[in-house]
Amino acid sequence: MTLATHWHYWVVIALMMTGLHIVIARRNYVKKLMGLSIFQVSVIMLYVTMGKVEGGTAPVYVMKGEGHDAVPNLEIAYSNPVPHVLMLTAIVVGIATMALGLALVVRIKESYGSVEDDVVIEKDRAEEEALES
Amino acid sequence: MNELKAHFPVLLVVVPLLTAPLLALIRHKHAVRVLALLSALATAVIGWGLVIAAREQVEPLSYHLGGWPPPIGIEYVVSQASAFVVAIVSSIAALGLLLGTRETRREVTGGQQHLFYAAYLLCLAGLLGMAITGDAFNVFVFLEISSLSTYSLVAMGNRRRAFSAAFNYLILGTIGGTFVLIGIGLLYQVTGTLNVADIAQKVQALENLAQDSHNTTLLVAFAFMIVGLGLKLAVFPLHQWLPGAYAEAPAAVSAFLAGTATKVIYFQLLRTTVVFFGAAHVFGALRFGTHVLMPLSIAGMFIGSIAAVYQPTLKRMLAYSSVGQVGYLTLALSFGTEAGVQAGLLHLGAHAVTKAGLFCVVAAIVAGVGSNRIQRLHGLGRRMPIVAFAFVLGGVGLIGVPGTAGFVSKWALLQAAFASEHYLVAGLVLLSSLVAVVYVWRVVEVMYFRAPPVGEKSTPDRMAMVPALVLLGASLLFGLFPDPVVELAADAAHQLFLQPVDVPPVPVGGHG
Amino acid sequence: MSELPLEAVLFMFLLVVGIVVGRLRNLFGAAMLTGIFSFLSAGLFTLLTAVDVAFTEAAVGAGISTVLFLATLALTDDTERPSERSWLAIGVVSVTGLALFFGTFDMPSFGDPEAPIHKGVGQHYLMHSWDEIGLPNVVTSVLASYRGYDTFGELAVVFTAGIGVLLLLRSKSAVMGAKAKPIPARSRAPYVREMPIVRAVAKVMLPFIMLFALYVQAHGDFGPGGGFQAGVVFAAAFILYGLVWGPRAVQRIAPERLLEGGMAFGLLLYGGVGVAALFAGGTFLDYSAFTPDHPSHGQHWGIFLVELGVGITVSAVMLVIYFVFTARPRPRLPKKRGPLAPPRLTAVPELPVDHSKERPAP
Repeated sequence: MTLATHWHYWVVIALMMTGLHIVIARRNYVKKLMGLSIFQVSVIMLYVTMGKVEGGTAPVYVMKGEGHDAVPNLEIAYSNPVPHVLMLTAIVVGIATMALGLALVVRIKESYGSVEDDVVIEKDRAEEEALES
Repeated sequence: MNELKAHFPVLLVVVPLLTAPLLALIRHKHAVRVLALLSALATAVIGWGLVIAAREQVEPLSYHLGGWPPPIGIEYVVSQASAFVVAIVSSIAALGLLLGTRETRREVTGGQQHLFYAAYLLCLAGLLGMAITGDAFNVFVFLEISSLSTYSLVAMGNRRRAFSAAFNYLILGTIGGTFVLIGIGLLYQVTGTLNVADIAQKVQALENLAQDSHNTTLLVAFAFMIVGLGLKLAVFPLHQWLPGAYAEAPAAVSAFLAGTATKVIYFQLLRTTVVFFGAAHVFGALRFGTHVLMPLSIAGMFIGSIAAVYQPTLKRMLAYSSVGQVGYLTLALSFGTEAGVQAGLLHLGAHAVTKAGLFCVVAAIVAGVGSNRIQRLHGLGRRMPIVAFAFVLGGVGLIGVPGTAGFVSKWALLQAAFASEHYLVAGLVLLSSLVAVVYVWRVVEVMYFRAPPVGEKSTPDRMAMVPALVLLGASLLFGLFPDPVVELAADAAHQLFLQPVDVPPVPVGGHG
Repeated sequence: MSELPLEAVLFMFLLVVGIVVGRLRNLFGAAMLTGIFSFLSAGLFTLLTAVDVAFTEAAVGAGISTVLFLATLALTDDTERPSERSWLAIGVVSVTGLALFFGTFDMPSFGDPEAPIHKGVGQHYLMHSWDEIGLPNVVTSVLASYRGYDTFGELAVVFTAGIGVLLLLRSKSAVMGAKAKPIPARSRAPYVREMPIVRAVAKVMLPFIMLFALYVQAHGDFGPGGGFQAGVVFAAAFILYGLVWGPRAVQRIAPERLLEGGMAFGLLLYGGVGVAALFAGGTFLDYSAFTPDHPSHGQHWGIFLVELGVGITVSAVMLVIYFVFTARPRPRLPKKRGPLAPPRLTAVPELPVDHSKERPAP
């Protein structure tokens, strides 16, 4: 294991942690979702780096031969198609989550007047105290 | 009919999954409710049919989706354990639907019921799909289906807090889901396959080779999957989202989720530790059970139950109680033995039925009194006697009084603890059950020993009591006649521990 | 490796952008940077020969996601309050990052063709998909057939998001059956609509965008593409139209009812193909059951139909989400302008326009 052979993974890990940090550290809900987006894209990067084959081309067959007799050239190297397929799904799941999250943020803003975590928690606490007394 | 039965594994998921878009097309207020109910009932029937079919043979049922044999294609695997789980989940889903759109926002009751029920059925399909799939990535996809629909469903509660609770759940749930995704990716990188049985074989081969040194990628894959699942299961200390979500969600959603979501995730945790990575390795070499899961479970058991004592509303109390109950579930798993898994499965069933029933009772209370705040329930024993009694039934089920399903599962838990010589742990289980007595008694005392406020009317709600009584009745039934279920759980646990079935090597050419 | 410098540069940009997104309190800027992050990732994926993934990331991450963030920011605050250092975040990130770093020790070298990951099912797909299915794009074979059930689940995820957003944001008035209130004057976009250059270019591009979407839908068998990408690009055409001429205009050609129907129809089509396979004697989504004598013909038909279902539902859901976000009434209180907010857009001074020759608005 050397820097040369593994640096891709390490940079991707750094990116993941950048995203995760934003999600946890920032109080603004929209900012949290941005961090989540970065985190998820970085995970996709992880899978894609796993699927890369050195000297491999995209997993679309390069054909040899003409017309109906064309067959794929299986001698050359292709990158692994499986991580690509999985990541297409992951991207879609990511946007679905983002859309729902942003819709929730809009409703929170309308009901609480703010999209900052500490303000929302404080308002909830105050409301609970009022109900208890 | 036999033709149809062969496709039960996929129909279990496809029926609710395809009914959802149908509901989105049909908008008629009452038609959608009936259609949703019919769909859930059909799913429950299929679920129980699968239990019967799975019990008939030693190996799990296998269904090749797309006609491709595993590991080329995705496989559905119906083991006795997963059949047990899906039968319970689909039954609770059908019963929860009887609660309808109580306590939901005005937008829903005003014309969006079809979307509400569609989301409900999608959640069900997601949970079921997760339980019976034999493909690691497919677990993630259906996990996300159920999670996303859950976020929307929780947000439909009628207080503004439903939004913040749902958002909090979304953030933590997505982090959990992404951790699971990372774990699956690392696992795939090590094994080259996504089929569960194939993974189990390859992982075991690697572990046998490695002896003392552990493959770090495999170890980290395991860690990420466990943490991700732990977040979704609300294992202490990752439980922070659960009380808000369960308390603010509408009645049908709380009842449904409390009885199903955590159970299916727990089952996935069971499979990940016992099957994917091999029980011997996880609990033996890694000492994951005794060093990690056990302390966290015990902490969860106590913290959940103690917090429940101080909650002002019934829903919050029941939510924190669930955190405690999850502690029991993971404790059962932490022994790493068949007896432990059997106890875990039994408690999964017992708690699902009891907690779902209790949330149904709370729905009836809210409909009758207008609030679930404990201070407002003075004299409920006299104002709504059946409802109050039902609550007591559920409460004793939570404590584990003999005669309830809760007792059967706690007893199995204690037995498993003794079998592994964890006597102190057994004592702690008993101690935490005493805490449950405290929070149940608190409610009972208010209901029966305080005078009802003068002039307050309570309209009883028959519809909400039907699922409550069915579920709590089931708890009693299995408490009094436990043998069939105990035997089922034992067989199911045994089957999980069996060596992975030999998966044929990747075939060369030819279709299936 | 001649790509190494380019990869390194892209990664460096990505790191910088990621860090800046976290620190930038001007959310408008942060949203654009998040889009740039996705865009750079798409470039990186192309370099790493994941062309299908790159395409989808560009369309979804850099495109739709950015639009949604901006739409949300229009309805909420555009500046973030300062937050203190979070020790929890630093702790969690350190532990997680170290764990992952530790996990890379036993990972195969980047690009190693002998890695186990490439010896498993991936190899089977590359070696045999031509005989079993017969499509040049192996990713499509895997996505739509071998792992077609996953894609079915994925489509259900999209549908779930559509339903969720509808439940959350469809305005009360629309739900209660009253006629939709006109969008308040302040939020109409006169600025954009009256710029002749924007209008002209948009008008020219729209048909090409839609044509490209149809091309991507059909051509997914032969190159990067398929239902998801096609659906997103198709929706993008309508969203562009809506950005320039206002959501009203889009509503006229694609009414919400139609879109909701489309949402459901695509998923039902996909499931329908699966169920049809059951009746044809195979298991769910076993396309070969349609043509037992020539299994690959059945595969082609099955893949065509399910990809169509995907395209329909995805475009419908993207459009529904766009509608629902833009139709949400803007907050009536004046937004507090923080020190870092972008300058308020001022109306373009009226240019002398000859109305007599103008065609009626679309």
